[in-house]
Amino acid sequence: MATVRFENIRKSFGAFTAVEDANIEVGDGEFVCLLGPSGCGKTTSLRMIAGLETPTSGRVLIGDRDVTHLHPRDRRISMVFQDYALYPHMNLADNIAYPLKVRGESEADRHRRAREVADILKIGHLLERMPSQISGGQQQRTSLARALVYPSDVYLFDEPLSNLDAKLRLEARGFLNHLQRDLGMTAIYVTHDQAEAMALATRIAVMDAGRIVQYAPPLEVYRRPATTFVANFVGNPPMNLLPVEAQISEGMLTCHAEGLSLEPLPLSRAATAALQTGSRLTLGIRPEHLGIANGADRNAIAGKLFANENMGPEALVTLERADTERLTARIFTDDILRLGTTVSLTFDTAHVHLFGPDGARLPFDGEERP
Amino acid sequence: MNRQFRLFASRMGFSVLTALIGAGFALPLIWFLFAPFNARAELGIAIPDPFTLSNFAEVFRNGFALRGLLNSLVESVGGVILVGLGATLASYALSRSPIPGKRAITYVLLLFSSVVSGSAAMVPIFLIVTALRLIDTQLAVVLVFAGGLMPTAMFILRDFIDGIPRSYEESAMVAGASPLQAFFDVALPVIRPGIVVIVVWAFVNIWGSFLIPFILLRSSEKMPASVAIYSFYSEAGTPVVTLLAAYSLLYSLPVIALYLFVSWKFGFRFFGGIKA
Amino acid sequence: MRQFSLLSRRVGLVFMAPAGILVATFVIAPFFWVIFVSFTNRSLLGRTAVHPDFVGFANYLHLFDPSAFFTRGEFGFSLILTTQFVILSALFGQALLGIVLAWLLQSVPRPLKAITEAMVIGAWILPEVVIGFAWFAFLDYDNGTANMILSALHLPRGDWLLGMPFWVIVVFNTWRGTAFSMMLFNSAFASIPPSYFQAADVAGASSFQKFRDIGLPLIRGHVVTDLILITMWTFNVFTPFLLTHGGPSYRTELLSIYTYRVAFKDFEFGKGAAVGVMVMLINLCFALFYLWVARRRSHEVKA
Repeated sequence: MATVRFENIRKSFGAFTAVEDANIEVGDGEFVCLLGPSGCGKTTSLRMIAGLETPTSGRVLIGDRDVTHLHPRDRRISMVFQDYALYPHMNLADNIAYPLKVRGESEADRHRRAREVADILKIGHLLERMPSQISGGQQQRTSLARALVYPSDVYLFDEPLSNLDAKLRLEARGFLNHLQRDLGMTAIYVTHDQAEAMALATRIAVMDAGRIVQYAPPLEVYRRPATTFVANFVGNPPMNLLPVEAQISEGMLTCHAEGLSLEPLPLSRAATAALQTGSRLTLGIRPEHLGIANGADRNAIAGKLFANENMGPEALVTLERADTERLTARIFTDDILRLGTTVSLTFDTAHVHLFGPDGARLPFDGEERP
Repeated sequence: MNRQFRLFASRMGFSVLTALIGAGFALPLIWFLFAPFNARAELGIAIPDPFTLSNFAEVFRNGFALRGLLNSLVESVGGVILVGLGATLASYALSRSPIPGKRAITYVLLLFSSVVSGSAAMVPIFLIVTALRLIDTQLAVVLVFAGGLMPTAMFILRDFIDGIPRSYEESAMVAGASPLQAFFDVALPVIRPGIVVIVVWAFVNIWGSFLIPFILLRSSEKMPASVAIYSFYSEAGTPVVTLLAAYSLLYSLPVIALYLFVSWKFGFRFFGGIKA
Repeated sequence: MRQFSLLSRRVGLVFMAPAGILVATFVIAPFFWVIFVSFTNRSLLGRTAVHPDFVGFANYLHLFDPSAFFTRGEFGFSLILTTQFVILSALFGQALLGIVLAWLLQSVPRPLKAITEAMVIGAWILPEVVIGFAWFAFLDYDNGTANMILSALHLPRGDWLLGMPFWVIVVFNTWRGTAFSMMLFNSAFASIPPSYFQAADVAGASSFQKFRDIGLPLIRGHVVTDLILITMWTFNVFTPFLLTHGGPSYRTELLSIYTYRVAFKDFEFGKGAAVGVMVMLINLCFALFYLWVARRRSHEVKA
């Protein structure tokens, strides 16, 4: 296994810059997810590690080697593609054994090794079949088997689960998790599904429009998102983001918004210096941190009931506020809530997130900047 | 009730009309059903009595006729090999290689090949072949066919190869293959159906072609069947109908067989018009 | 900074070399050479075979000589003849028959459809020499099938090849080429969602109304494509030569046959080259028009 490093990577296609100023290091045995919406540059970044794209500037290092201009075959990597790339004219055994064939191993050795890997992935009984004769989940595992059949320093995954249906996806995800931890693989995994990233990664690199906006372990990304983009992208349902107007006095911040009552919060000195009264900020609070208020709660936000979706374990209650902003809360109540009635939700200030006019996180006093 | 009758009547009408048109198309060919098997065949339709294969025996005794079929085979196979090899390699490069101006190349080639048609190019082709001292050689015929069919073949194949996911070759290279290994191990087998189409199409075109060998060949022993048949029936005097009928049928067999093969294998998909 | 690609540029050019050489020699070079030769008085025999003179536009002037333009056996006559031939055989013949067949075949029983298609396609795929001979037999005055049928119906026999040769080749070429249009329109109609026609059925439309109001408008692009393609092909077709040799007395001498005669019977390559250039120019117009239409259609699809 090996480490992977991006140094000042930039990739442009003509006038369009796909990846900008990417600096990232992946430790030996880490599982790093590149997470973001379509077009954010995550697949391009992965392909630069694989060698299928060449950076416009910057260096790619695997282990101690500068592989920036090396052909993919010389990089000692494995890759699982989104469409599995199973060769339709070969049966599974030949598909899995292909990397060994290219390395000149004998047919007997190749097929023995292919069988070993196939058995681990529970597709050993399908080796004589052709790719068109097996299910999507089995195809996915075949693709994985081909990646595992030969020794590699780094394992790359390009949205390998996106073509599976929901239930299979969960199963496969759990299996990948187990496999990676068991084998200690250095893995880099591209996905747009934040649940996958949360479940699998040791660290997540959240990307937006070609830039890495946060690179941190999942819980950190979840609990201390660096920007409103990250806050909105990670977490389902997404974090509620309320525009508020700031009022600063003596290092304390008071937020004003319709229907909101919030006690003053102590801002860090740097943050206080950067703001002034009248600044427009964004307040963030996650749905699971909202509860139904009783009259005594000091911090509360109110709105008209817009939708009440009972999901089974919880209810997703959506309120509509005066300025057509919607707020979703995850609450446990059997109360009958009537559409249009005014509902008040309460929260703990410990769970409040604050973002500046530029969308960047504003730390409270005593909190470190991530 | 009235509507149903009208529907039925119009259906009948369509069928009758279709049958008439079909019969019209079949008419000139009916003669071909009988004449080859009629030892006393003439230009008219006559039910052979008895059905006989003696005309075919006559063909096989005629050295010139047999030679014609052999020459057609040599030209067609030779042309098909050149077109298949050349077009596959060139189309793969056009699809996968960063050659400057490749989109323009395909369209310019198509433009040239449709402008420089058989009848317009008669004179310069003759002159070029003469300049290369290849007049009256089978080689010239094969080369001219290969050159003429190449642009369309490349157009079709390039389109086909563009539809093959690049992840096939990419995954092969990540697994350790060189570009050539990836081409032979992974890409070529997947391109094969497209090559089959090109090969069949080129074969049918060359096998049936008349003008090119007519212009480029002089010696009668090099003539393919198309020119041989033509010389049989256009010479002064009455044509030997029995021989001609059987010979024509033999000559048509490969084309019919290939058509049946293609429509069985591919359900005769339509490739946007590819008859030169 | 070498960019990664599936096939390097160098190897790519090597891959293109064999095809490139063949095409350059036998498609591209002839294009330029024929233009060059058309400005000479090159011939096959005699002095001008080895030392052709440069004669400027003489060949072209000769082709377009007003005094002889419409004479049978001259370029002008052949050009007009070919134009009439194309309009009748391609536009009114193949395209019309093709679209009618494609429409009819949608509503007839499957066996009838299969047989009719087989006949029409058979006419198209059989080698040209074979069908030339088949029609030669078909139209024979004494024994040919056509006259046999007419006699059986107590109608007068026709001396087809001598009496009305032009119409013979028009019908012949229509018979030969309809299959292409039929198949093109077939697949065009098949690409229209059946629900469009079913909705019309529910509204009580007749077959002709469905054709006129739904089928035809929706395949308009294909109609244009087909017309351009078959016009181009018919303009260049040589097959009628096998039936009439351009006669009698040049009455069926299409441009392709005229070119052949001038170059290979009269051995005047310079003049033949000039005709070739004219044909190429006309082809070029067709081809450019086709490309323009095709690009406009692909833009429409994208939009």
